Amino acid sequence: MPEKEKPRMPIESGCPDGWQYLHPALRKNYGMWDYHDRPRPGVLHHVSKTGDEVWTVRVGTQRILDVFSLRTLMDIVDEKADGYVRFTIRSNLEVTVTDEARVEPLIQAMEDAGFVVGGTGPSISTLSHTQGWLHCDIPGTDASGVVKSMMDELITEFKREEMPNRVHITTSCCQINCGGQGDIAINVQHTKPPKINHDLVANVCERPSVVARCPVAAIRPAMVNGKPSLEVDEKKCICCGACFPPCPPMQINDPEHTKLAVWVGGNHSNARSRPTFQKLVAAGIPNNPPRWPEATAIVKRILAAYKDDARDWERMSDWVERIGWPRFFELTELPFTKFHIDNWRGARQSLNSSTHIRF
Amino acid sequence: MATEPRKTPMLDQLEEGPWPSFISGIKRLRDKHPDQRINEVTNDLLGQLEHSYNTRLGYWKGGTVSVFGYGGGIIPRFSEVGDMFPKSREFHTLRVQPPAGNHYTTDMLRQLADSWEKHGSGLQTFHGQTGNIMFIGTTTKGTQHFFNEINEYGFDLGGAGPCVRTAMSCVGAARCEQSCANEMKIHRRLVNNFTDDVHRPALPYKFKFKVSGCPNDCQNAIERADMAIIGTWRDDIKIKQDEVKAFVEDKGRQYVIDNVVTRCPTNAISLTDENEIVVDNRNCVKCMHCINVMTKALSVGDDRGVTVLMGGKRTLKIGDLMGTVIIPFKKLETEEDYESLVELAEETIDFFAENALEHERTGEMIERIGLVNFLEGIGVDVDPNMVSHPRQSSYVRMDEWDAEAEKWFQRKAEEKSA
Repeated sequence: MPEKEKPRMPIESGCPDGWQYLHPALRKNYGMWDYHDRPRPGVLHHVSKTGDEVWTVRVGTQRILDVFSLRTLMDIVDEKADGYVRFTIRSNLEVTVTDEARVEPLIQAMEDAGFVVGGTGPSISTLSHTQGWLHCDIPGTDASGVVKSMMDELITEFKREEMPNRVHITTSCCQINCGGQGDIAINVQHTKPPKINHDLVANVCERPSVVARCPVAAIRPAMVNGKPSLEVDEKKCICCGACFPPCPPMQINDPEHTKLAVWVGGNHSNARSRPTFQKLVAAGIPNNPPRWPEATAIVKRILAAYKDDARDWERMSDWVERIGWPRFFELTELPFTKFHIDNWRGARQSLNSSTHIRF
Repeated sequence: MATEPRKTPMLDQLEEGPWPSFISGIKRLRDKHPDQRINEVTNDLLGQLEHSYNTRLGYWKGGTVSVFGYGGGIIPRFSEVGDMFPKSREFHTLRVQPPAGNHYTTDMLRQLADSWEKHGSGLQTFHGQTGNIMFIGTTTKGTQHFFNEINEYGFDLGGAGPCVRTAMSCVGAARCEQSCANEMKIHRRLVNNFTDDVHRPALPYKFKFKVSGCPNDCQNAIERADMAIIGTWRDDIKIKQDEVKAFVEDKGRQYVIDNVVTRCPTNAISLTDENEIVVDNRNCVKCMHCINVMTKALSVGDDRGVTVLMGGKRTLKIGDLMGTVIIPFKKLETEEDYESLVELAEETIDFFAENALEHERTGEMIERIGLVNFLEGIGVDVDPNMVSHPRQSSYVRMDEWDAEAEKWFQRKAEEKSA
């Protein structure tokens, strides 16, 4: 093989050192911060034990960034700030400056360019989302489009700090739920068993692993039309879609029967109560592109009830814990159905075995 | 541009409204980018996405694509409707590990953007749910060329498939007074010890590290990581009584009682008649709430370290699981401390590799075999901090009780003499 065509061996350098990209003030004061406050929504102010101060402006973007938008952001950071940024877990851009006088012009420039400053303190931060129709191989819905549609409606609460506590909203395009836990989660919920293309199963799917993947053992090997395939016991099937990724001929997505469900009360923090998982509150919501108005309406209704009724510092989960689930359904005017009563493993722990009832 | 823009009436509606539009961004690439290849790729990408919006179905399929020398790190995407949208027929994503803490200079982001538009679509995300930079959309060839270029200046692929995945850590000590640890160092020491397991998927399923510098757990580590490292402290909360007085002065006693005192989960905090805060530190569970509210007056203690939890995961297959405390407290000061943390991760991943079923996460394995078997497998002693409460069921064989009790007393005696 000629020298130039030899494949290049990778340098297995792994995760790069963040230190080299740190703002000099963050490097100098690493581990020496004393306190912080928030002079206005969208701005964090940190003070070091050395007396140094930094201001950080948090900026919401479209997350699926094109190189033009990325360069626009970088131009603003170079001109109005010090050339150092980081991204939060919710894909907000954070720009740090050491001169308070630079904060307002930086905010102005970001807003003039169409970006949104906010997402700090008790606000509704950027919805975190997954890949969806844009790039995932198993999505029941889009992600970026849902987030864009909802943020258009929630933008005021992103820019203000007027919620009882921070609100993290997530979306997931399948029931694997890679969007994770949120105060509110908008997730795909399939309602019909997979439709199987029996001509393809034998060639495409490793059948034993597909059988093993089913959480309720509803899949078994079978000969269909003389071909080795798989069949689903539709009485057992919970329509979760776990078989679809390892076996694409078991199509779970359906233009009509793939719905959205809304879950409430996921909280990653240990503050006050222990971390909590989100609970089902609404389902059967149409998967309705391009703007998903029905899902947005339910989310806004929940947010309105929370904002109106929760006390300062109560996350969604703290609020419901205090007022109780019956009151939650009353305030949000959402129906309570048999589907809200869990029957999965550990379900008994979610039943009320007391006379603690609010009348 | 050379090609006719595809009609996208559905997507066009996502250009309206005040939030920045990703559709407008993709259209800029289609209409304004000087490279015709990018114009054409993004035009067909928009076409396929519009088709998805119309039919409410996805049209990407996975496959096998990697760069030379690695087995993972790429999310291969081949279009099922490539005949209709040929220019985006191959549209793979590269998962690239970000610098620990997600810090960048504008120069570095520009350099990455320059490389990406040479070889890819010009679309990227900071960051995906696992924590990678997602460079979205290139061909198999482009994948290799782009990787070669960025790998030369310090970037490497993350994990995809059944392997050790890209890790995440919070901003931490770089810009947060609540940090109890050196998050960047923990993050890199752990994940970079397993580069082979990141690049060559050979585990039963994925394995994730996440590092949060305090119990606020901004990285969702307990809920999402197989091994969660959470900063904490053992000594007293630090109180500046003059700042407490200033806070009470500003907000009023009622506010402090309603928002600090009564919110303490273990009733460990009180406000005196002299407007001083008194903390029952023995019963403080380090939840962070009072420190979150009174950022100037209260702060984390000095005897800092980490709590390690294992087994957090999302829904597939047995349902969502939180991590479980495995190491209640561990100092991370000396190199030996860090090495023993890495050794714990090695023991865990070795045990996971040997004992988990295919497609089973650590949490599910622990659920299936029981926590005690797992602890014995990785060589960790039982500790009452691992449970919310002791066993409720008498259905267990306990004829080795005396020996187990003796182990406990011996361990306590060793701790005392140490």
